[in-house]
Amino acid sequence: MSAATKLSPRARVALALEHAASATSRRLGRGSGEMIGGKVALRTHPGLLGEIAAGRALACVSGTNGKTTTTRLLAAALSTIGAVASNSGGANMGPGVLHALARRPYGAPGALEVDELWLPRVAREVHPLAVVLLNVTRDQLDRSNETRRISGMWRSLGGELAGCTAVANCDDPLVTYAAEGFESQVWVAAGQNWTADAMVCPSCGKLLERGPEYGWRCGHCELRRPTPDIEVLSTDTLRWRGMSVMVSLKLPGRVNTGNAAHAAAAAELLGVAPAAALAAMTSVEAVQGRYSEADLAPGRRGRLLLAKNPAGWVEMLELLDTEPERPVIIDFNSRTADGRDPSWLWDVPFERLRGRLVLVTGERREDVGVRLAYAQVPHTLYASAEQAAAAAPPGVLDVVANYTAFRDLLVRTTPRGKA
Amino acid sequence: MSESATRIALVYPELLGTYGDGGNALVLATRLQWRGLEAEVVSVPAGAPLPEQCDLYLLGGGEDEPQVLAVDGLRAGNALSRAVDAGATVLAVCAGYQIVGHSFPGSDGRQYDGVGLLPVETQRSFGAPGEPIPPRAVGDIVIDPDPVLGIPALIGYENHGGRTRPLPGAEGRPVGIVRRGIGNGTADRAEGWVMGKVLATYLHGPVLAQNPALADLLLRWVNPDLPELEGPAEADELRRVRLKALGV
Repeated sequence: MSAATKLSPRARVALALEHAASATSRRLGRGSGEMIGGKVALRTHPGLLGEIAAGRALACVSGTNGKTTTTRLLAAALSTIGAVASNSGGANMGPGVLHALARRPYGAPGALEVDELWLPRVAREVHPLAVVLLNVTRDQLDRSNETRRISGMWRSLGGELAGCTAVANCDDPLVTYAAEGFESQVWVAAGQNWTADAMVCPSCGKLLERGPEYGWRCGHCELRRPTPDIEVLSTDTLRWRGMSVMVSLKLPGRVNTGNAAHAAAAAELLGVAPAAALAAMTSVEAVQGRYSEADLAPGRRGRLLLAKNPAGWVEMLELLDTEPERPVIIDFNSRTADGRDPSWLWDVPFERLRGRLVLVTGERREDVGVRLAYAQVPHTLYASAEQAAAAAPPGVLDVVANYTAFRDLLVRTTPRGKA
Repeated sequence: MSESATRIALVYPELLGTYGDGGNALVLATRLQWRGLEAEVVSVPAGAPLPEQCDLYLLGGGEDEPQVLAVDGLRAGNALSRAVDAGATVLAVCAGYQIVGHSFPGSDGRQYDGVGLLPVETQRSFGAPGEPIPPRAVGDIVIDPDPVLGIPALIGYENHGGRTRPLPGAEGRPVGIVRRGIGNGTADRAEGWVMGKVLATYLHGPVLAQNPALADLLLRWVNPDLPELEGPAEADELRRVRLKALGV
């Protein structure tokens, strides 16, 4: 008996509606249809997510930065054993997860990207075997007081999920506190290049201490960095339960090696050997346009990079340093999806761009301009990324855009890498 | 660093730095350097004693628990009050504004004592018991500063749950009147409070980046002979674009 025939009549009706609504949305050119189908189906049958997830080997991936990429890497790993359900379009709330699970074969394992605030609602329904917790940092400053709230919320969730393992970055105190609420943990030392949101103990509210021997610890309560099971040693080396393992990714930067380590640990929990999982990840070149190259102007290609908060920007600045000094285009908006408050530009060490050709665009380019003026980074403002590229010398540029700027850029250009 | 350098203390940046608040120190120091004057930014980590010899103290925004930790540290040595008595200038922003007042609410619902540099108090609401608590004040804000300050409109972003009012018979005055936004949240549409050389505002994050005239006002409180400085042109352009976008 296939998984689908076990579904209740109500679930089958809701699924049919899901398929019809998302197909209609795609046909009308209203987008990928991931959201609308799921919304319609969940309205018809609120328990559908739980019913369609029952008995499947699933992993949820959440965190402020890296969840889309990590989900993609995990899906690549799981594909070594057959079909995979994954919300590869980046729709990471309940309806998007449902859309991924509502595709045949219904019994396939799943790599599910889940928004930080949606994780409890989704995980309670789908009962994942693994939850990957990457990091928690400031994002969208106009939504207040969230980092500590998210950490506490995840921790409570852990207590409700029987048989679920947290695959968690032990270098992030907020993630560690959350993961300790789960039944079991796989600790991944993926690094933390942005510590400003993890200065205060998530457990007792006192100041955390940091040092080379212990990483981080609370001076007042018991919370401290756990001993990692898996460590990122360099861009191409992991220590996997004491063994040195080479990693060869097409995705650039140490941050993606960390994402791969998390994905491989989750894959192992779902039955894929780490070596096979990591080998499969080599095929991933670009994720939702990230790291892909697009033609921006005659003779000028842009490598598209997403940075939507200070932690993401610090990662991208490290990535820029690994390449020869290319010109950089900064494309910056502050719409609702980006966070309306651009104050965080002052948390980004833009001083590190000194010496590069810097071109600035986006709806809030003037805010970036003032930040760069005080960083003493010469720059020029342009009406669009394409106009900025045309003003740069021929060749490859790096384009660092935040959420809506990146999305709009993808729509306007045709990336050469596979999305 | 020579004796003549202006010393700018960035107070507890790991607790009071949620909104890019370190930017204010950078703006002040850079504007001095552009004038050929020396500046030294002294970052004071939480837990360390506050130096009393700085010319200018910056307190930024923070979340509820860090805010309570910060006020514990500041009240412990009383160094900030002594520095102000000795003539230091203070810019206190958002959570920092609430901290330098008489009292403010913590996330546990308790009312905490502030440092008491300003005769103001912050509460979740000044409504009668039973009246709904007002929503968080979140969004763009523009204020017309008190003419006595001699500076143009201040623009910025606010994000705070508390409402702030002067104590009866308080010395000092609001920084300005709200043209757009919430500010102190009182019926007179006041925003911020200024008394002597202590200026506090809900315009958070890098308020001095968007308002160079306010930066220079603070620097002039430290050094009355401060030379004039134009620009940067980027700030003039940002102000033009933002004032237009906000329709004021």
